[in-house]
Amino acid sequence: MNSNIWVLTSANAVTIATTLILAALGALFTERAGVLNLGVEGILLTSAISSFLAADSSGSIWVGLAVGAAVGALLAGVHATLTVVLRANQIVSGLALVIFGTGLANFLGKPAEGKTVATIIKPMTFGPLTRIPVLGPIVFEHDIITYGTIALAIGSAWYLFRTRPGLELRAVGDDPATVDAQGLSVARIRIRYTLLGGALIGLGGSWLMLAQSAAWHQAATTNGIGWIALALVVFAGWHPVRLIFGAVLFGFCLRLPFTLQAEQITFIPSAFMQMLPYVATLIALIALSRPGSKNLRGAPKSLGNPFVRDER
Amino acid sequence: MKKFWKLAAAAAAASLIVAACGGSDSASDTTSAPAAKTDVKVAVVYIGVPTDKGWTYQHEQGILQLEQELGVEVKRVENVKDDATSEAVFEQLAADGYQLIFATSFGYGAPMARVAAKHPEACFQWATGAKFLLTKAGGGEYADFPALPTNLGTYFGAAEEARYLSGIAAGKATKNGKIGYVAAFPIPEVLRGINAFTLGVRSVNPDATVQVTWTKTWFDPTIEKQAAESLLDSGVDVLAQHQDTTAAGVAAQAKGAKWVGYNSDVKEAAPDAWLTAPTWNWGPFYIKTAKAVAAGNCPADEAYGNMKDGMVTLASFGKSVDAATQSLIEEKKAAIIDGSFAPFTGAINKQDGKPWLKAGEKAELGALLSMDFFVEGVVGSAKG
Repeated sequence: MNSNIWVLTSANAVTIATTLILAALGALFTERAGVLNLGVEGILLTSAISSFLAADSSGSIWVGLAVGAAVGALLAGVHATLTVVLRANQIVSGLALVIFGTGLANFLGKPAEGKTVATIIKPMTFGPLTRIPVLGPIVFEHDIITYGTIALAIGSAWYLFRTRPGLELRAVGDDPATVDAQGLSVARIRIRYTLLGGALIGLGGSWLMLAQSAAWHQAATTNGIGWIALALVVFAGWHPVRLIFGAVLFGFCLRLPFTLQAEQITFIPSAFMQMLPYVATLIALIALSRPGSKNLRGAPKSLGNPFVRDER
Repeated sequence: MKKFWKLAAAAAAASLIVAACGGSDSASDTTSAPAAKTDVKVAVVYIGVPTDKGWTYQHEQGILQLEQELGVEVKRVENVKDDATSEAVFEQLAADGYQLIFATSFGYGAPMARVAAKHPEACFQWATGAKFLLTKAGGGEYADFPALPTNLGTYFGAAEEARYLSGIAAGKATKNGKIGYVAAFPIPEVLRGINAFTLGVRSVNPDATVQVTWTKTWFDPTIEKQAAESLLDSGVDVLAQHQDTTAAGVAAQAKGAKWVGYNSDVKEAAPDAWLTAPTWNWGPFYIKTAKAVAAGNCPADEAYGNMKDGMVTLASFGKSVDAATQSLIEEKKAAIIDGSFAPFTGAINKQDGKPWLKAGEKAELGALLSMDFFVEGVVGSAKG
């Protein structure tokens, strides 16, 4: 039963979801602070190659993950500087970050093109638990990063809605003027969570590279996962726990075309299934970029607006 | 003051984009201009990069042989998409005075033909091409064969010979008779390979099936791995591929399955899974063509190499291929080389069981080059 292809497809959906959750969680923290960072795809790619190069030269996956996360924070720092300090247009800066990150990844990755990942992150072993029908492969055959990611998403919900710093974060995204009046620095909080978000996105890119990709190939490593992550935040209504379910659903859709082919199910064209996550992404991005985006369910009310004190 | 910062921010954002464009110059050349002493200027347009351990890597090995033999420096242009955008690349190379231009992907055909017609002084060579596809009858722009530019040749080889041999290794390796095949696009080249492989499999394992999954990409390790894993999840215990990366091998190794690669001898990517692989040796063709162009001729025919002339080869065997299987394959290989055997020899039925070739009948090359169906034993759709 546990070798049933639908059980294995579901198990794989959880695996694919890990990068999606990490990247979407990064975007969620950034957006909750009122900063829209469309550069997720660029950060993912640059972090992926950085983590690959670091893991390859150091021989340690953990060094790779740490470097990937740091590079993610660094790129997010560029976005924070442009949009929070210099108050540039967030959409323009985010898009620039995608192009910049892709170019940087190609440049850094040139000598590594086609190289295989020497050390792959292995799934944890839970002995007899993996033999539980259906649940075994779906729940008990993942690596520590996947479990950590899910725990992190749940912890984030608690942080956002049950702690004082979480309240400040939400307040900065909804009504920065009030936070400012309280004597807190809006800019500092926004920069802090943009950096944290970048680090999470970077971690997602690194894990995708080190645990999921067979080899580094420029531009074919992330396949638009960064854009899907942005859409996921919208669909999850900016709630970290809903993010988990959305990511698993999207992960299932990404794997489905191949399962359908392997099972000779041809009445649904596989290309149609392959298209679904991207269509959903398109709809979400349009919703996110239009002027009335703050009316979306759960959207931070000042999302995308620079905070300017002297204009109050 | 506020205006100043807005300007500064805009400038900084703009510089990001400019910097990115500089960094993402992916279609960049890796060599300097050819040395002045050469008597033929050669360029090659790659779909990927020479370090891909697959298709482009194998062409690079041939180009290196050419450089060695003729003492010329070949201009490489990497990462050129094989769509209409490639026309500008060919145009530039011809304008720069390159006399011989190789291009290594199927999709370069139409753009290359357009540039060839404008630049009769240069010689163009289209790998995996088929001139038929440039004519009206094949969906192209030219009325008929005589209307085609006379300075455009195609080159490819009978990979089906090596595919058949690798099929024998796979047929012997499978325990449950279920083999998976990760394939790129449903075009004749790929269908031919799948069919030859399946005939090889069933020559030693008559009840075995070959299940095909289409990825619709030549080169994407993430998608190739997903497709390979889904096939393994559905129960196949041997994987073959018509893809440019080693992702299927990595997936097979992780599940304890066996793997027939393609393009290059890359057993180190998945040493436990490795059986063998159909591979290419482009060097002799590149050298021969460059010498002809240096002498003032442009070979404009449709070159079709094989195991006999060495363009098509079989990689070394993995450790799980036993001696008996190896000698069986060597025997068939010798028969292919001396002409006493061809993979597409009847009796062969099509996928639906209807006869295609009568017993002893050999397929014509034309029928092979325009193949659009599966043979018996293949599971999946030949339409993609």
